[in-house]
Parts: sequence; structure tokens; C-alpha cells
Amino acid sequence: MLEVNNLTVQYGAIKALHGISLRVSQGEIVTLIGSNGAGKSTALRAISGLVRSAEGHITFDGQPITNLASHEIVQRGISHVPEGRMIFANLTVQENLKMGAYLRRDSDGIAQTMDYVFATFPRLREREKQVAGTLSGGEQQMLAIGRALMGQPKFLMLDEPSLGIAPILVKTIFEKIVEINREQKITILLVEQNAHRALDISHRGYVIETGRVILHDESKSLRTNPQVKSAYLGG
Amino acid sequence: MDWFLQQFINGLALGSIYALIALGYTMVYGVLRFINFAHSDVLMLGAFAAYFIAPAAASIFGPQSYFGAFMVIMMAALICAAIGVTIEYLAYRPLRKRPKLTVLITAIGVSLFIEFTCQHKAVFGAETKPFPKLLPEQDFLLGGLTVNSNDLLVPLVTIMLLAVLWFIVQKTKIGTAMRAVSYNEQAASLMGVNVNRVITFTFAIGSALAAVAGILYAMKSPGIEPLMGIQPGLRAFIAAVLGGIGNLPGAALGGLVLGLLETFAGGIPSLSNYRDGIAFAILILILLFKPTGLLGKAQTEKV
Ligand SMILES: Nc1ncnc2c1ncn2[C@@H]1O[C@H](COP(=O)(O)OP(=O)(O)OP(=O)(O)O)[C@@H](O)[C@H]1O
Ligand SMILES: [Mg+2]
Repeated sequence: MLEVNNLTVQYGAIKALHGISLRVSQGEIVTLIGSNGAGKSTALRAISGLVRSAEGHITFDGQPITNLASHEIVQRGISHVPEGRMIFANLTVQENLKMGAYLRRDSDGIAQTMDYVFATFPRLREREKQVAGTLSGGEQQMLAIGRALMGQPKFLMLDEPSLGIAPILVKTIFEKIVEINREQKITILLVEQNAHRALDISHRGYVIETGRVILHDESKSLRTNPQVKSAYLGG
Repeated sequence: MDWFLQQFINGLALGSIYALIALGYTMVYGVLRFINFAHSDVLMLGAFAAYFIAPAAASIFGPQSYFGAFMVIMMAALICAAIGVTIEYLAYRPLRKRPKLTVLITAIGVSLFIEFTCQHKAVFGAETKPFPKLLPEQDFLLGGLTVNSNDLLVPLVTIMLLAVLWFIVQKTKIGTAMRAVSYNEQAASLMGVNVNRVITFTFAIGSALAAVAGILYAMKSPGIEPLMGIQPGLRAFIAAVLGGIGNLPGAALGGLVLGLLETFAGGIPSLSNYRDGIAFAILILILLFKPTGLLGKAQTEKV
């Protein structure tokens, strides 16, 4: 479904990605793990067109999408829940969700998806008319995921959905990710610092260090890999 | 009391014009975070567009007809929308990723370019031209008060335009997209918003409002000339800051407050020479106590 070949990204003089390659197939949950500054967010940002790639190719469903504008990439069915959530704090919960459906014209379908989002995250329904800036961190994360779902993506990229969230909510969020993948048949690329949980719910994983893929395998093999265990799973 | 009411009506009319112009500054600031100094020249171009269209409208719809005036204003607004969009496309868009100071200086350059080009003999020329009467003008006697029909019309037109703008920004899809872009451009583009299109739309609306303001201003002035936009443009910019830059109701309120202050200070004979000084002193006082402006909130940093 998604194929990234030899992707290089530069911020000014700093090279954040040194030619990484990865593949995500239809129906999978794939995770990227790596420490701070490894380049995980940069990889997602390049795929969704928020940063330009200096070299390399990205194809989605067989079509090249390298360096297309973000709004064109969304149109092809890729949704990106960015690091830090980036909800519209000045809009209400409902307006945020409607923004997620910005490219859709079918108002009945939009209402149905909104019902599905509210069923998945009941907390959002209670806060429907509330300005999003007043939500708690966990609620904002639910809103960010819900907003991405509103566009009915084929492919969903989540950047550290568990960051800054109360432990009980972290469990819920990971359960919802699996549910979205199984029930909505949405393929997922998940970036996480919480490597334990990420490897628990994913099918395959890539380990990124200083802008390079140093290892990739089935998640269950990565969980027992001594190198991964000592670096990311706390021994 | 009569004096007070008289000044109030005059101030309201002037303030409405400032409000219409201020909206353009604040809308552009909202999506791009810079002050479009060429905005004051767009309002001048609106007045000139009306100046050239008016004779044609008068010959088709009859002199000083309301419908004719409406057509003149609509045409001028369309022309200015196109001009505003072109300025953004040619001058600002190529600099989108550059520091804001670069864009700001470019805006000043665009402004000077328009002013001096228009002053050239082959364009409009520097001398003042009489502005045609677009509307049947009447002085009413209300109690002891003389009220010019145009001075009543100006606030009415402004209120109508404010209502339309409020509807666009709050209730339409493109308006929600504008608010989203203004809050976080990247997040908006991740929703599928074509940010360039929203910016184009913003310039079109802001410039159309400036055209209307330019015509209303010209109707109150002795005549029009290429530098006529500078005075009201500067006032409106200050009004936008006063109201809280980036905040639409703030710009409207700021315009009204500034127009009223200026008119009241100007109406007291012993103070009339100091009217700008007084208006600006009050402005500085307000900003000292409320640096974000009357309705402005502390801005969250743009990501
Ligand atoms: N806008 C930017 N300008 C300059 N350098 C940047 C920018 N964004 C990221 N970088 C640099 O690029 C490298 C990769 O950053 P990135 O955000 O992709 O890391 P990450 O793996 O997501 O880290 P984290 O786990 O902390 O989120 C880092 O060295 C970072 O400092
Ligand atoms: Mg990151």
C-alpha cells in the first residue's frame, strides 16, 4: 500500500533522514520505534507532505506522491495525526470533526462517520459544543484521532498518540487503534516511544536510529530481539 | 446634546469606514501573520475604479440612482478583489517561507510602487480629482440636527457587510477553513484544506471591503488622488491593533472607537488642532493597559 524508498530529508544543513526505506501492506499495523530525535516524526511528515523530501520516492497504492502538497495527499486517503495533536483549539469539538471531513461532500455519510467517532470516543459526544482548547490532553488526543477518521482514510499515521496521557487512557487509546484497524480496515503506521505497547499491537516494526533504519522484523521477533530489548524495552 | 449627537453620527460614519478597512488588515494578519501595507492603496484603487465606472453607470441607470451606485460599488469591489489577489500572488506568495520581516518590507515596497505609479501623468496623475456624486444626497433636519443621508448610509452599509462577513467566517466551509488556517496552517492542510486557496479568498474579501470603504471615504472627501489611502489606511491599521490584531470583531470595534475619538476631539474648537494627538494618546493608553488590544487574546505561537 505504502512504499518509501531511500527517503532523505534535510532541515537546512541538518540531515534528519539518511535514505530510509519502508513498506506497509494493506491491513497491517506497522510501528516505527526509536529514541528522541531519531527521525520518526520527520518520516511521517515527509509522507504527508509537511516537509519536502530531498531524495527518494514515496508511492501510495502504486501512485507516486513524493512532494505533493499535503491537501493532495489527504485526498488520496492518507490521514496524519501529527505529533502534539494540532487540534484547532479555537474551534469547537464538532467544528474540529467537521474540518476532518473537509474534502467530503456527502452530508449523510459525514453524519454517519461522526456517529461512529462518537461511539468510539463517547467522551467527545459529551464535549461536542465545547471549544477544543478546553479539553484535557487525553480528550484532545481522541479528538485528533476522531478528526482524522472523519476523512475516511485508507491509511492512518499516528505520531505518539500516548504522549502526555494518563496511563488508564493510554490503554484505551491502544485498544481503539486495534479496533480501528480491525473493524474499519484502516491500515496504520504508528510512531511510539512506548515500544512495549507498540510492539504488542503491531504486526511489524522498524527501528530507526539517527535517521537510518537499523532493523526491521515481525513485531513478535522484535520483542525478543536482545538489541531492541536493551535499548527500547528496558532490558 | 445636539452637538453630541451630531458628532456621534459623524464619528460613526468615519469609524465605519475605518472598520471596513481594518477588517482587511486583520484578516490577512490572521492567516499570514504580517501587515499588508498595500491594503491602503487597494482602497485608493477602489475609489478610482468607481471614478472611472461612474459615468458609464450614470448613462445606463440614470444619474445618482441607487441601483447605479450599487453596480458601481460591486464592480469596484470585484476589480479590487482581483487586484488584491494579484498582489498576493506576485509579491507575497514567493516569499511565503521567508522571515516575516522580508514580507513586511515587500509590502511597503508594493505600496510605494502603486502610489508612485498612479501619480504618474500617464496613469491617474498626482492632482486631486472631484469624485462623482453616486447617490442622491440629502440633508435631513432631525430636531436641531443636520444629518447628511450619506452619513446614515455609511454605518448601514457597514453593518450589512459585517453581517455578511460574520456569516461567511462562522457558518461556511471556507470560513471555517479560514479560521483553521489562521490557527494552524499545517493542521489545516492535513485536513485537505488548500491553504493557498484560502489565502487567495482572504485577500479577495479583504480587498473588496477596502474598495467599498474607499468609495465611502471618497464620497466624504473633497476629491480623490493616489495618496488618499494613506491617512485612512494608517488609522485603520491602528484600529486593527487597537481591537486586537487578527480578531475580526475587534477590528470593527477598533475602527468605530478610533472614528469616534477623532471626531469628538476634532469637534472641540480649542482641541481640534490636536485631534490626532488626543486620539493617539488614548490609543497608547489603552494598549499600555491591554497590549493585546480590546478584544485580542494572548496569541498562541504559530507552530
Ligand atoms: N523544523 C526543524 N528544523 C530543524 N531541525 C529539525 C526540525 N524538526 C526536526 N529536526 C531535527 O531532525 C531530527 C529528527 O527529528 P524528529 O522530530 O523527526 O525526531 P523524532 O524521532 O520524532 O523524535 P521524538 O521522539 O523526540 O519525537 C532531530 O535531530 C531534530 O532536531
Ligand atoms: Mg517525533
